[in-house]
Order: sequence, then C-alpha cells, then structure tokens
Amino acid sequence: MIHYLPILILFFIALGFALTNVGISEILGRKRPTKEKLTPYECGVEPVGSAHERFSVKFYLIAMLFVVFDIEVVFMYPWAVAFKSLKLFGFIEMLIFIGILLICYFYIWKRGGLEWE
Amino acid sequence: MEPYLFYVMAATSVVAALYLIFEKNPVFCALYLVFSFINIAVLYVLLEAQFIAAVQVIVYTGAIMVLFLFVIMLLMVDVKKKQKDDLPFQRIPAMVMGFVLLVVMGLAIKSKLFQGREGEYTSAKVESIGHTQLIGKLLFTDYLLPFEMTSILLFVAVIGAIILAKRKV
Amino acid sequence: MDKELFVFLIIASVKIFIVFNVVQVMVIAMIWFERKIMAHMQVRLGPMRVGFHGLLQPIADGIKLLFKEDIIPAKAEKILFVLAPVMTLVPALCTFAVIPFGEAINIFGYHIDMVITDINVGILYILAVSSMGIYGIVMAGWSSNNKYSLLGGIRSSAQMISYELTIGLSLIGVIMMTGSLSMVDIVNAQSKMWNLVLQPLGFIIYAISAIAEVNRCPFDIPEAETELVAGYHTEYSSMKFSMFFMAEYANMITVSAIAVTFFFGGWHGPYLPGVVWFMLKLSFCLFGFIWLRSTFPRLRYDQLMHFGWKILLPLSLFNILITGLIMVVRGL
Repeated sequence: MIHYLPILILFFIALGFALTNVGISEILGRKRPTKEKLTPYECGVEPVGSAHERFSVKFYLIAMLFVVFDIEVVFMYPWAVAFKSLKLFGFIEMLIFIGILLICYFYIWKRGGLEWE
Repeated sequence: MEPYLFYVMAATSVVAALYLIFEKNPVFCALYLVFSFINIAVLYVLLEAQFIAAVQVIVYTGAIMVLFLFVIMLLMVDVKKKQKDDLPFQRIPAMVMGFVLLVVMGLAIKSKLFQGREGEYTSAKVESIGHTQLIGKLLFTDYLLPFEMTSILLFVAVIGAIILAKRKV
Repeated sequence: MDKELFVFLIIASVKIFIVFNVVQVMVIAMIWFERKIMAHMQVRLGPMRVGFHGLLQPIADGIKLLFKEDIIPAKAEKILFVLAPVMTLVPALCTFAVIPFGEAINIFGYHIDMVITDINVGILYILAVSSMGIYGIVMAGWSSNNKYSLLGGIRSSAQMISYELTIGLSLIGVIMMTGSLSMVDIVNAQSKMWNLVLQPLGFIIYAISAIAEVNRCPFDIPEAETELVAGYHTEYSSMKFSMFFMAEYANMITVSAIAVTFFFGGWHGPYLPGVVWFMLKLSFCLFGFIWLRSTFPRLRYDQLMHFGWKILLPLSLFNILITGLIMVVRGL
C-alpha cells in the first residue's frame, strides 16, 4: 500500500499544476469579448444548426467491440505473468481462448463490422 | 493512515454516486460515475488487490464508460431539453422498496452473516507472491472452466452488438 | 507517522519534484527541437530570431500564450470546457510515476531506486491512467459546441481506443518472457540482451500503435487541419490551448519511455551512467516521432481504422501465440 502514496502525491501536484495553468490565463489574459469572438468557428460563416448532432453508428459499434476485446486483453495479462509456471498446459488454454476470439473476430469481419465505407 | 484514506475515498465515491442520481445532464452523470469508479479502484488498492484496481480502471472507466458517453452523445441530441418523467406512479413504490432494501442491508451487516473465515490466501501471502501472479495461477488451474466460458460469453456479446448495429443495411 | 514512512515519503517527494520538472523542460525542449529538425529536413532554418538559433523561442511562445485572451464560446458547456484540458493533462503527467530511469544508488545510507515508485502492476497502471486521457478529449470536443471539435473529439477517441487494444496486446510478449508487470523487473531482465532482439514483431506493433495512440503524424487525423481545422481544440485559446499541447508532448515522452523500458533495455548500457543511457534512448525515440512527421503523408480515417483492426490486431495475437510456442518448445 505504501508504494501507492507517491502516486497520490504526484496526482495532486499534477492537478495543482493544471488548475494553476487554467487560473493564470484567466487572470493575466485581457478580456474584450465581442459577439463574433464568442460564436463557434465555422470558417467565418454564421454557424448552421446545433453542433450536438447525432453521429455515425460506426463509432458506437467500435466502442462496443472495444469493450469486448479489452476484457480479453485484460485476461491475457495474468496469464502472461503466470505463463512460466503454467507451461504447455497454459499455452493450450490460451490457444483455445484465442481460437474462440478469432472465430468471434472473423464473424465481425464477415458481417462487415470493421468496414468504414 | 489507511482507515482515513478509506473513509475519504468511500465518502467521495458515495457523494459522486448521489450526484450521479440527482444530476439532470446525462453527460455529467457519466462523469460522476467515472469519478466514483476511480475512487472504488483506490479502495481496491487499499485492500491489496492491485490487479483488480487496475482492471477496474481499464475496463470500467476506460472502456465501458467511453461506450456510455458515446451512446449518450449519440442519442441525446439536445440535453438541455427538460426530460419528462414518464412513470410518476413508480415514485412511492420505489421509495418503499429502497427503504426495505436499506433495512435488509443493515440487518445483514449487523448479523455477521458475511464475516468469512480466513482462507488459504491471506493478505500477507498475496503480497509475497504478487497479486497478479496469484490470480494468473489460480485462474488458469482451479478456475479454468469459468475462464473459457468467459470467452464464449464475450462471443455472444459480440453477436448481440453486431446484430444491433447492423440490423438493416 | 513512523520514521521509515516519513523518510520514504520525503525521498519520493524529491524524486517527484525532479521528474516533474525534467518532464516540463523536456516538453519545452521538444517544441524547439521539433521546429528546428523539421525545418532543416525541409531545407529551412526555422526560428532564428529569439536567442541563439531561436533557443528562447519556446519561452517567448509561452509568455505570449499566458497573456492571450481566454475565450470561452458563449454556447459552450462552461464547466466542462474549462475542465477538459485539466482532464487531458493530469493523466498525461501521472504516468511518469512508475518509469525507471536509472540504476539504484546509495546516498547517506539510504537505498534510492531511480524510479518514483515500483509497484507490482506497473504497466497496467500506465495503461489504466493513460486510458483516462480520452475523457478530456471527448469532453473538449463535446463542450465546445462546434462541429469540427465534436468530429475531432469523436474521431480521436475512436482511434485511441482502437490502438489501445494493440498496445496492450503487443506488450504481452515481453511480459510472458519476464513474468512480471513491474517496470523495474522488466528492465532488470534485459541486462544481457534487449527485448527488441527477441520481440521484433512486438516492437513494430507497439511502435505503430503508440504513434496512433498519441495522435501523431501519420496518424494525426483528429487534428487534420485540411478537414477539421484543429480537431477537438479548435475553440481553445490561451493556456488552455497550450495544455493540450503539453499533454500531447508528455504522452509522447511516456510512450517513448515505455518503448525504452520494454524493448531497448531501459537504463542498461556500458560505460555511461544509467540515467544518461535512459535519456539517450528516450531522445532517440522522440527524434523518431519528428522524423516520421516530416516524412509521411497523413492517412485517411477509414485506412487508419482498417489498419488497426484488420492488420495490427490479428498480427499482435499471432505474436503472442508464436512467443508462447517458442517458449514451450525451448522449455521456457
């Protein structure tokens, strides 16, 4: 536990540094806001519609696939650490695991889950 | 030192969870949940479960909450619009049920039902072997079947995701 | 508080202070080096006016940014708009806690490791903390209420999560051979031979994914100025803008430090002290980033996603299996 205290210290220093940076520009920078300055930049044209538009479902699919694959990666870490004591048995286990993962992967590929047309 | 850290982290995670419930803007809700998850990860570190703490952050805050945010941004085009409460008749039963749950939890904690016996792997032993090493050894020998089942479960999840996203082409 | 803990915390604080400042100086130096090296590669001179060969240019830029007007767009989500650069910069600075930068020394009877803290789950800590950086970028894009910002933020986060997978997978080969997640153990295991020799495929996958993870050229699509103006930080000005840059450079230093630790033997090297070797190797990796930027054209977004998911992902799984097979055949 004691080894984690420096991380806590570093976190608070980094947080203090970041907040100071935000504060400094608030104080030092001069403020002369005009209506044009405060509108969103859209190549000099009046902004059209809202910026909070719906976006493509592909990003949503990528995020879902990422959750699944991330869990698989996380499972591989304890396996990799213990691999030297697991030996051949552990290798066959991971072969089956990655095998199922690959079937899953090619299913996604075949159904067009990885296409960005 | 450790008890104080525990109280601070536990209190902030509960406060973040309360903010999550009472906040109207769903994007802020998601961020409060992220904050709560990070606090819980620190609690895992205090329990000498470093690997679980890292996984808590990588999987829950790094992956699942990013998906949540994407979905919120995908669906909530205008978050400032006031959300209508569609189910007002649920309120009173929900309060009663919540109270009952609180009482049951209180009784369970008081009854010492969950005070386990000290098992083979004490925190001192976990520290000497290394938390990740121990999880690796146990997961791939004693708990092999659940591990392989997980991959099939994830396969099912992938099929669900693909069918939802690619329903009509 | 007992004495041992007190001494530990004092030493740790001193190390944090030194590392924190060295990182800041490196970020400033990187900006100058990047401009100069790129200029010379393109047969220009680059900044020459401020100081000897423009050495003081980054400081002049910093002062200029400090006094710039801090614009918060009228329709932005104010709180998130201000917090987004903080949420990007803090994780970028926190990753340095577990990177070993030299051999242990003894001063005044105290044994001091040249790493802020050596924790059991070192590399997982870095992966976990750096995955938090996504929130700052998504929030910057979303809170600005600007279409370019939103598109840049979403693109950037989708790219980062895709390549986070291959980063995680490419490091597993090294962990299999070392049997530990601690960065110090991984460096110590390479005192005879660099992992680069044993894990060439792993290194190539890591290098490509790391460049994509920090959104650098040729994978800098989120801030492709020809289509998205400046991506997620289009609406930012003053110090908030520079904080995104600091985070980007800090992340470049982090991924380079991981590359040095995992593949280039960390601080091990003949004759010179460990710290010098570490800095030399780190500078070499950082020079690689600049070299790539002035050499390669930018990819298209669909090419980028195809490359990550269809080529790097199966390749990194193959790397794990082949490493395991060789280790089993050779009797570990």
